[in-house]
Amino acid sequence: MKTDWRARNHPAWWAFLVHRISGIVLTLFLPFHFWVLGMALNEAARMDDFFAWTDRPLVKFAEAGLVILLAAHLTGGLRLMALEFLAWRGWQKDLLAVAAGLTVIAGVVFAYVV
Amino acid sequence: MSDILQVRVWRGDEQGEYQAFEVPRLESQTVLDVVSHIQRHMDPTLAYRFACRVGMCGSCAMTVNGVARWTCRTHVSKVAKDGALELAPLAHLPVVRDLVTDMSEFFDKWARARGQFHPTATREDPFARVRPDSPERRNADAGIECIGCGVCYASCDVVQWRPDYLGPAALNRAWTLINDERDGARNERLRAVGDDAGCLACHTHVSCTERCPKHISPTAGIAGLKRAVMKAALRGDL
Repeated sequence: MKTDWRARNHPAWWAFLVHRISGIVLTLFLPFHFWVLGMALNEAARMDDFFAWTDRPLVKFAEAGLVILLAAHLTGGLRLMALEFLAWRGWQKDLLAVAAGLTVIAGVVFAYVV
Repeated sequence: MSDILQVRVWRGDEQGEYQAFEVPRLESQTVLDVVSHIQRHMDPTLAYRFACRVGMCGSCAMTVNGVARWTCRTHVSKVAKDGALELAPLAHLPVVRDLVTDMSEFFDKWARARGQFHPTATREDPFARVRPDSPERRNADAGIECIGCGVCYASCDVVQWRPDYLGPAALNRAWTLINDERDGARNERLRAVGDDAGCLACHTHVSCTERCPKHISPTAGIAGLKRAVMKAALRGDL
């Protein structure tokens, strides 16, 4: 028999899921990101047009989502490294709360700045 | 509190279905009490496993409302707040019949993780003097009370994803021996647990730690093994 989904309903498993999904989405985003950066080499005008297009509110909203995903993946990765490389202590849920808090702060700061 | 519990119990082996029973609800009733009531008063063909009834032997673990638990010390009031129980055999182990699983592979993996103590002294030598407050002794103490119930193994997604993974209990056993200063098989054990089917496969879901009825943290032991394997590899001992 396989694991029942009800058995996965605990904070560390949700943290794993967020880490995995954010990693997959960021991996899909990266080629697009590099393609746009590549325009700087010989398609400067096209790049400027693209940047003008990104000023739309919906794109800004999507960018905030990307920043949140990036922050979630970064803090989630640091959380795992702290768990595995530092001396063990009962702080799994504290680390998780810090990672989630920093992720929310990153998203709010980005939304405020742009 | 309702007078009747609605209980659904897995019947069959890997293929089967849930059978419904109505069981009288009692004060301080455990899930094992419920299963025993069904077997003794309603259907004597129900297969399940238990021995000590007091949380020592590790034989009565089952999946209770989707979560692996030791049933002898799980009160119905804790897991069946709406008066309904769903009982199934532990996940990730072959089902023999009804609620009984074949735990051979679970324990074979303890052997593959070099879970046996390898003494460095003989009976002629004086007793080893191990400081109770040494970090190694404390690490061993933290994991030594495992009763081999299989709850962590059934809760671990990595066991499901790659069946050759040694699993939390076997790795926890290896960790307690790595910290036993009387043991003489450290490097062999690190080689046994330091591959893709060993500690390096752990994704740190922490499900084993979340579900262990003895409040052991196999995740802590696996993290310790990862560090020990890394240090041994850097020293060229592996």
